[in-house]
Amino acid sequence: MATAQRLLMKGTEAIAEAAIRAGCRHFFGYPITPQNEIPEYMSKRLPQVGGVYLQAESEVSASNMLYGAGGSGVRVMTSSSSPGIALMAEGFSYLCGSEIPAVVVNIMRGGPGLGDIQPSQGDYAMCTKGFGHGDKHAIVLAPSTVQEAVDLMALAFDLADQYRNPCVVMGDGLIGQMMEPVTFPEAPVKVYDKPWAATGKPPTRKHNIINSLYLDPEELERHVYHLFEKYERMRADEQRHETFMLDDAPPVVICAYGTMARIAKTAIRELRKTGVKIGLFRPITAWPFPVEALSGVVQSTKVFLAVEMSMGQMIEDVRMVVGRDRPVKFFGRPGGVIPTVEEIIHQVKLLSN
Amino acid sequence: MASEDVVMAGFGGQGLMAIGKILAKAAMQEGRHVTWLPSYGPEMRGGTANCVVIIDDDAIGSPVVKEPRAAIVMNKQSIDKFEPTVKKGGLLIVNKSLIDRKAARSDLRVIYVDANAIAENEGSGKSANMVALGAYVGAVKTTTPKAVEHAIAENFKDKRGSVGDINVRAFLRGLEIGSAAK
Repeated sequence: MATAQRLLMKGTEAIAEAAIRAGCRHFFGYPITPQNEIPEYMSKRLPQVGGVYLQAESEVSASNMLYGAGGSGVRVMTSSSSPGIALMAEGFSYLCGSEIPAVVVNIMRGGPGLGDIQPSQGDYAMCTKGFGHGDKHAIVLAPSTVQEAVDLMALAFDLADQYRNPCVVMGDGLIGQMMEPVTFPEAPVKVYDKPWAATGKPPTRKHNIINSLYLDPEELERHVYHLFEKYERMRADEQRHETFMLDDAPPVVICAYGTMARIAKTAIRELRKTGVKIGLFRPITAWPFPVEALSGVVQSTKVFLAVEMSMGQMIEDVRMVVGRDRPVKFFGRPGGVIPTVEEIIHQVKLLSN
Repeated sequence: MASEDVVMAGFGGQGLMAIGKILAKAAMQEGRHVTWLPSYGPEMRGGTANCVVIIDDDAIGSPVVKEPRAAIVMNKQSIDKFEPTVKKGGLLIVNKSLIDRKAARSDLRVIYVDANAIAENEGSGKSANMVALGAYVGAVKTTTPKAVEHAIAENFKDKRGSVGDINVRAFLRGLEIGSAAK
């Protein structure tokens, strides 16, 4: 496939191709709708570029394969959808504890339980606050277009290597199934020095040991402090966001991410046509939440409206930043139902009444 | 140029997803913004499959359309499901080979196409989807027919024999109907 060419691609396939172009040569996963085109694409493409595609016997297995291969220093990834991600969570915690870079793609579907296979944003809390047991975090990137999904995949591999930590790309069934034009970046793959990797012991150094077991509580405490020094650097340096139509400091600001944000943009354009002053604040990093940028918007805003494809999970982060001085209202639909432009417009009109 | 959005619906296997991709690709190659969104899920088995294509000069926000400006309906279930959703004054392309009723609404521009029979005549009934696509492109007149023709040829370039030619001919027949329609 030639570079710098506009191609019409499904989100899932574009994500897979972007991963390969970011130097990923090892994929481990287990099938689940609506992300099956990622493993399908990987199973076809990885052997062509000297990589390994391996379908595990379970999600738990797949996440531990990330641990093994990632521990040798190669770029690894998995992808799954909500219930599958929950099953992988044990392995994710081990990756964090052992500081192994990996990229995890979650194409969210409706829950809880087996739920359905339609687009949802019900895993915001799981990805940003949970992602396995213990004290840890992972950067969570939330693309809003197929092009952004491509761009964020390259970033995800870099952030994973830079911080020696798993990095999550959190999309939903709509981003996964939709086709849009994409251009793959021509930037060369960044190569990170990995002196910690378990690649066989040369005579020049001691064994590299990759481990998350620290039976001495004070030793584990020191390790967790070390991890959190890293997370603090992530919080300081990795907050990302986009603003849309906020230049004239509109009194109403919608907060939404991913698919929901682009639907909100259409609603905002329609509302602007009728004279309603309104804009959008879109977190690109769901973790670390773009606290600094949102804080800067609070002063000029009268009311915030969080819109999500869930019963309201990101809204807690918005409320944390906005505080009690401004109302933060909510509109969302759970279960894989996508809030429409018309419904958002209706909700905004209710606010002004 | 105006933006456009169209729902394409029919049985799974009638090639609605395919003509959606072809239209989106043609518009993309003309430098426009496009989204193609399929319905996916258990409803596709034996029921109707559909996709929504949006074409715009600006970045596209919502890829979901509640009231499309046009619909291509290839079977009975699809006209029943999508005729009521089309925006007032919008366009409805009806495959009269498989739909034995007229459109119920009088506030739509309706074009009836004997898609299966025309496609059969051009070499294969399977190309009925191309006839419908042609009628749509001819009626809407935003994406150039040449670009669509090119995208069709590109789509079938790996197929043996005259499959590509049959599909292009079916498209051109539909195009004549759409262009001539009031």
